[in-house]
Amino acid sequence: MNENALLPVLVLASSLLPGVIIFFLPEGAVRLRSALNLAGASVKLLLVAVMLWGVSRGVTYAVSFPLLPGLDFSLRADPLALLFVTLSAQLWFLTTIYAIGYLEDSPNRARFFGFFSLCVTATVGVAMAGNLLTFLLFYELLTLSTYPLVVHRETARARAAGNRYLAYTIAGGAALLLGTAWLYAETGTLTFTPRGFLDGSDAPAPVLAAIFFLLVAGVGVKAALVPLHGWLPRAMVAPAPVSALLHAVAVVKAGAFGIIRVVYDVFGVEYAAELGVMDALAAVAAFTIIYGSLRALAQDDLKRRLAFSTVSQVSYIALGVAIVGPLASIGGIVHLVHQGLMKITLFFCAGNYAETLGLHKVSQLDGVGRRMPLTTAAFTVAALGMIGLPPMAGFISKWYLGLGALEAGATWAVVVLAGSSALNAAYFLPILHRAWFRPATGAWSPRPAGARAETTLALLLPPVITAVLVVLAGLLAAVPYSPQEWATLVVRREFYAQ
Amino acid sequence: MTVTVLLPLLVLWPLAAGLLALLLPRGAGTTLLVASAGNLGLALALAADVATTGGGGHSVGGWAVPLGIALRADGLSALLVLVTALVLPLIALHATAAYADAERRYFAALLLLFVTALNGLFLAGDLFNLYVTLELLGLSAVALAALGGSPAALLASLRYLLATLTGSLAYLLGVALLYRAAGTLDLLALAGQGPGLPGGALAFALMVAGLLLKAAVFPLHFWLPPAHANATPPVSAALSALAVKAPLYLLLRLWLTVFDGAWPLVAELLAAIGAAGVLWCSVQALLQTRAKLLVAYSTVAQLGYLVLAIALVPVAGATAYGAFALLLVSHVLAKAGLFLAVGNLARRARHDRIDGFERVVQHMPLSASAIALAGVSLMGLPPSGGFSGKWLLLQAAIAAGDWWLVAVALTGGLLAAVYIFKLIEHTFGGSDRPEATPLPRRMEWAAFTLAGAAVLLGFLAQPMLALLGGVP
Repeated sequence: MNENALLPVLVLASSLLPGVIIFFLPEGAVRLRSALNLAGASVKLLLVAVMLWGVSRGVTYAVSFPLLPGLDFSLRADPLALLFVTLSAQLWFLTTIYAIGYLEDSPNRARFFGFFSLCVTATVGVAMAGNLLTFLLFYELLTLSTYPLVVHRETARARAAGNRYLAYTIAGGAALLLGTAWLYAETGTLTFTPRGFLDGSDAPAPVLAAIFFLLVAGVGVKAALVPLHGWLPRAMVAPAPVSALLHAVAVVKAGAFGIIRVVYDVFGVEYAAELGVMDALAAVAAFTIIYGSLRALAQDDLKRRLAFSTVSQVSYIALGVAIVGPLASIGGIVHLVHQGLMKITLFFCAGNYAETLGLHKVSQLDGVGRRMPLTTAAFTVAALGMIGLPPMAGFISKWYLGLGALEAGATWAVVVLAGSSALNAAYFLPILHRAWFRPATGAWSPRPAGARAETTLALLLPPVITAVLVVLAGLLAAVPYSPQEWATLVVRREFYAQ
Repeated sequence: MTVTVLLPLLVLWPLAAGLLALLLPRGAGTTLLVASAGNLGLALALAADVATTGGGGHSVGGWAVPLGIALRADGLSALLVLVTALVLPLIALHATAAYADAERRYFAALLLLFVTALNGLFLAGDLFNLYVTLELLGLSAVALAALGGSPAALLASLRYLLATLTGSLAYLLGVALLYRAAGTLDLLALAGQGPGLPGGALAFALMVAGLLLKAAVFPLHFWLPPAHANATPPVSAALSALAVKAPLYLLLRLWLTVFDGAWPLVAELLAAIGAAGVLWCSVQALLQTRAKLLVAYSTVAQLGYLVLAIALVPVAGATAYGAFALLLVSHVLAKAGLFLAVGNLARRARHDRIDGFERVVQHMPLSASAIALAGVSLMGLPPSGGFSGKWLLLQAAIAAGDWWLVAVALTGGLLAAVYIFKLIEHTFGGSDRPEATPLPRRMEWAAFTLAGAAVLLGFLAQPMLALLGGVP
């Protein structure tokens, strides 16, 4: 095996091995476990950096071996894969630190971190899958490895949420399996190809359209497209690091990424538009964006409000894809990263309020800005980014989405974007107003004497870092290796095969 | 070693060891373990030989067909002998901790006799020897099922005995009819002859009915759930994993060689009962409140997939044949692991009510993981042997244009997910009883290894299919 085949395997192994070892460590081995976790996360970051550097110079990283007759287990690090891998590798590192702080002294941490690592392994596998079969394999692995995290607290509510999660995701997996098997029977190949591999195939168009809807329904469950979103708000009973993982690093992202893969590398976006299926996707995405925002308005529970906000925001990605055009595609693909950064910041902050002060509801947040200024500042940056204010990352996404919509003549999409931004403002600004400008009403514990910061550093640093990244991704959008530049590289490949 | 040495050894070795286990009361556990290891070595040698030479035959005592006992091996028989040999040491390991004294001795002897019958059945080259091994298999299985000695187990074994004897009788009648018409019982000599023989159709119907009863295929499955659920865990594992597979293997062989896949009606009937079995018994499984009954119904449901695969072989050829082999092998591993794991849970809790497990995730993480891993394969989620098999089954059904079978396979997978997660969910729940005595570690590791192997199999589909070869 030369270096080009080795790296993708190592990237998987850097989280798989710590995960497996952690399962067999005793519960009390906190230091060893944390060391393993952080070492794995650091190694993964390093490996990903090497791959980024290589891919931007045209090196291909790929490995495969036969799995079934005519089908390989195939990993390939193309630019799109790396966009997602980089995101999840970074956020995994930060979430690990956060989780170590958050779960201090709580039971079952060995199990938690073991499945946490498996989850990230599955996500990286989803990103690097070189064909639809490998994608399916890691997609299902992701379902299975998140279930124990959702039911982590083992309460009746947690188990009910876990059942709900499984009901949606396993059914989605079945749709994905059917679509995949049918596609293979029709075409005899499943290898992801820039601009797709279906244009010019003998399969009748209605069959391909049916396969498209099966595949998108399969990945749409994790991407929380309405009406497949019901599991997401329920899963909020899980601990905050899990919410962060579900919303920003792994699950929802894997679904959105799946939509991108299916549209661009299976069907080819232009061929999909010819089939007429993109209009349906656009309609669902637009509806989801508005519906999610409206539901978010009505939630008093902070995490539930954020959950509905995710439902809405992730569909920006689907919308960008469905508008069909290079600029909108850049907007959609870059939002994969931007939404991840912003949403993980928000969940980290929500977790800090809950863990430090015991605040779970929006209505309890009056004046919290003075008690926890850094956390609230990070929250503010991310919330403003979600609304789409410059210079935050969210502005870049919306800018490209809007330009792309105008370019493609989809004026309705501009209306949807504007409406959604107004709704985002309507459910985020009141939180900011309460936190900064209302007098404190909560009888929360004052900062312990001698404490250096508003909460423990493990909880404070991750949201502050991601908030800084939210600003940087917006400010430095035109710098090489920024998410926006990388998304442009991806789109150039998908539209012009360069 | 060549095939001519290996074939008789694979029958004689477990037989001799079984007798030895009876004679050496103190060394029964050791004998069982050593015999299992030796059997595994022989099975590996056979698989290696078949992989290079494509298989071969041997006439015991030098008597040629039609007088002697013919033993033959091809890809399918080598594969089944191998998977039997892989499961055996782990069940044996579990059993050395699960049983003591006389019970261990009887178990060792009966299990080795059971393996003798299985190896003989997979390697037999004529219909009469197949009958003998089938009968031996049934009797040793019934004796194993009665081993626990509880009234429920005895009653269930009695029903099992009646079912298996009736099945054998029907099969034997069919064999007699064939012999009268053809004058030979050698499978190769009979190849393709069946449909043209006078009384061939009647013989076939009798044999198939007998085999379906012995395999507990829906709707002839009534005897299986109580028998498997009331047996002791290593026995449940051996029976659910192996005993019911042998008649299906024989059904496939009989239909494809002697009867040349004849009569489209047969394929349609098999597909119908297979599909009904998958759906009905999966629903039955998820309605159970006792874990072992749930697992037993799951077995009947999974047998439905095997019948579906058999039904598709004449149309879809190698794809369906591969699906049959992969589904069979992964079910052997997954179900053995699942029964051992559930047995472990029940042993610690002293009952097997699903809603009464005591946070086993905390106290028996290996057994809980075994349930999850085996479940992955049974649900047909990737990566696992169950997934690879289901993928081939879907491809076969699509190729045959049988879209309703695609729907059945997917629905069966969803139902399996429901009943498996019903088990898994309750391993997280319940009240704590930390003072309960921990089980010997090897009982947990045996279950975990088997279940893990079912998942790993997902990466080994290609070598397995290479060993299997084309449709005979």
